[in-house]
Amino acid sequence: MHVPDGFINAPTSAAAGVVAAGAIAVSLRGARRELDERTAPLAGLVAAFIFAVQMLNFPVAAGTSGHLLGGALAAILVGPFTGVLCVSVVLLMQGILFADGGLTALGVNITVMACVTTVVAYTVFRGLVKVLPHTRRSVTVASFTAALLSVPGAALAFTLIYWIGGTTDIAIGKVATAMVGVHVLIGIGEAVITALTVGAVIAVRPDLVHGARGLGQRLQLRVNGELVDAPPAEKARTAPAAARTSRRTLWLTGLVTSLVLAGFVSFYASADPDGLEKVAADKGIDAKVEDHAAADSPLADYGVKDVQNARLSGGLAGVIGVGVTVVAGSTVFWAVRRRRTDAVSPASTSV
Amino acid sequence: MGAGHAHRLYRHGHSPVHTLPPHTKLAATFAFVVVVVSTPREAMWAFGLYALLLAVVAHRARVPAGFLLKRLLIEVPFVAFAVLMPFVAEGERVDVLGLSLSVNGLWGAWNVLAKGTLGVAASVLLAATTELRALLLGLQRLRLPPLLVQIASFMIRYGDLITDEMRRMRIARESRGFEARGVRHWGVLAKSAGALFIRSYERGERVHLAMVSRGYAGSMPVIDEVTATRAQWSYAFALPVAALVVCMVGWIL
Amino acid sequence: MDPVSTASLEVSGLAFAYPDGHQALFGVDFSIARGERVALLGPNGAGKTTLVLHLNGILGGGTGAVTVAGLPVGKRHMAEIRRKVGIVFQDPDDQLFMPTVREDVAFGPAAAGMKGAELEERVDRALAQVGMAEFKDRPPHHLSFGQRRRVAVATVLAMEPEILVLDEPSSNLDPASRRELADILRSLDVTVLMVTHDLPYALELCPRALILSDGVIAADGRTGELLADETLMRAHRLELPFGFDPRTATMGA
Repeated sequence: MHVPDGFINAPTSAAAGVVAAGAIAVSLRGARRELDERTAPLAGLVAAFIFAVQMLNFPVAAGTSGHLLGGALAAILVGPFTGVLCVSVVLLMQGILFADGGLTALGVNITVMACVTTVVAYTVFRGLVKVLPHTRRSVTVASFTAALLSVPGAALAFTLIYWIGGTTDIAIGKVATAMVGVHVLIGIGEAVITALTVGAVIAVRPDLVHGARGLGQRLQLRVNGELVDAPPAEKARTAPAAARTSRRTLWLTGLVTSLVLAGFVSFYASADPDGLEKVAADKGIDAKVEDHAAADSPLADYGVKDVQNARLSGGLAGVIGVGVTVVAGSTVFWAVRRRRTDAVSPASTSV
Repeated sequence: MGAGHAHRLYRHGHSPVHTLPPHTKLAATFAFVVVVVSTPREAMWAFGLYALLLAVVAHRARVPAGFLLKRLLIEVPFVAFAVLMPFVAEGERVDVLGLSLSVNGLWGAWNVLAKGTLGVAASVLLAATTELRALLLGLQRLRLPPLLVQIASFMIRYGDLITDEMRRMRIARESRGFEARGVRHWGVLAKSAGALFIRSYERGERVHLAMVSRGYAGSMPVIDEVTATRAQWSYAFALPVAALVVCMVGWIL
Repeated sequence: MDPVSTASLEVSGLAFAYPDGHQALFGVDFSIARGERVALLGPNGAGKTTLVLHLNGILGGGTGAVTVAGLPVGKRHMAEIRRKVGIVFQDPDDQLFMPTVREDVAFGPAAAGMKGAELEERVDRALAQVGMAEFKDRPPHHLSFGQRRRVAVATVLAMEPEILVLDEPSSNLDPASRRELADILRSLDVTVLMVTHDLPYALELCPRALILSDGVIAADGRTGELLADETLMRAHRLELPFGFDPRTATMGA
């Protein structure tokens, strides 16, 4: 499912990159609030677990086998924030180390496989756990449904991205049908394994299942075979009450910023800035594209007019678009980073 | 995953490419791929030139062609997808060997294949010439959020350990005569996955204790700082800049 | 000299219950003078680990006090306390979390703000103390278990602790590694508190022993005498290995 380079056009990839960056920034803050200074080792180990579990093959029928994607599992076991971080880090490392998934498509891959799967899975899971009676069976049912929906959900998100910035003109209905169809099948496998795995964890260490908390269980550390309460957990327990509102505003701001940026950039990304979606042939493409760009692009009167060659003007708009998104993305990162380092320094003295 | 210094894709060497600071290589690779992706697909010759540029880099890095080509196999699932494109895409159709193919689809397939292959080749070259540890330092230097780099570094440190634990659990299962053959055995495999999660999580907690005991308070001390000179930057950026020239020409023509 | 001011570690009236109501420590009192090597013996579930986690303030909030070199363990001096109390955990893989041996050993001092040549020098010295200098740039997971345990000791020595606390230092070691570690520990000029089940090892290294049982110090005396007291040993579920007689064994210390 890893998208390679060249599958999605540059501006859309950049927009997806900004969405991914925003989601990661939000998750970094969220995970830190949930796990405190334990974020790095715990999320790192869970990422290693996801990485390992993706290599665990589940035989389907004679000769064929599938493997777990792990987004839903991560969301349910360690919560949506840490889940997004873990899957993103796995994708980042796969992209850089194994060339699995293109570097420019990293944003798309993270948005689809890390963000959409975890958010869909966690929302469905929490919703079901709230509605269903408080039993272990409900948790299993909820994980099954959550994982089942998360995979086609990701497929739909991919279709949407493809619709905005796909490099080949395939009827969107066809893409959606094919993607969702195949991924419903994959989703069933994912759902069964996720539900069984969550069930296995809940049977032994129910306190470790993030999504099933709220039954009054406390976080514990197992130290050399003894259960020990983690002192930071108490700090975290008192903090969220005050922090909840600010977290929510942060969530919303992050989300809205990402969406606005994404919408803005992809709006004129779909206005054909890279000229890739048309075959350059004998179809009087120049005039057409010029019309197109002038009509739809918010950057239409952005000096691009002066450039006579329509293709070049489209390209310029694309480059500007990429530039804007890169600047915006860096600003988000920079702002978050600064705020976080500010937040860290008092914490480090109080530990 | 072969974690630590010698991951599976890394080829030890002392070429000029190996010795470049990691962050310059990361930035250059990324810039190169961005340029490739932004090239119009009709400029077929441009992609040939890109491939040539990569071949030059591979030569300088003393990465043999066979090694590079073998690593390209990771792309195969998408080749299958690309082959389908001409059949399902919309628009004008042509007849090739009796098959009705979409012109647009053919272009799309070419686009994905060319760009995807160049992207994979660039990443493979990066991974082949950069140690894992250096990659992390490079990411850190490129201002990736430090927490993310920490998570990645823990994942790499413990990836082997956990994969190994998984392997031991499999051996334990198989020694007791269990072999997963079909859907009916998913329960057992899922139990293993659950146990693996608990072990991973508990190890995370113990690692955290060990870190706190040595003065960890939420941020990693900076032990190694990688730096690059202007000359190193320009050497690394020779590739994307050359590619950019090709790309520009491709747009204008 | 006033014994209180020279004590490396002073524990008085320490009681602790976990929030779930399970009480692990019921008033622990002991004191370890500077330069002493003391074994902390006790059956499983006696509260040994709970006690160890109090020494550097990871656990706290009960009654009683822990003082390290005259400094009370508490939030005010936490960074200083964690530098002074070096805990070597049981599983070296939990302790060695950085990508290379060098960075791992540097972690503690770097977290305390040390850098540059001073840091390098500190790392080299600590590695030399455990005889692992030539493994400086290796990733920890490429070392043998015994080597990893020695590096784990070095990570703590690099912080130049007031007291070295070892949790089951001899577990999983083959006889040669066991002896090598004993030689290293004997050569160190530092206060040592060794938590162990390994009674011959305790006798070999520590002139004095404490027995922790049911959350209190049940006995405190010369290791040889305690091990020879069969009634005492049996009362606290401590058993000597087959054929081992503490009266005839020669003490290495």
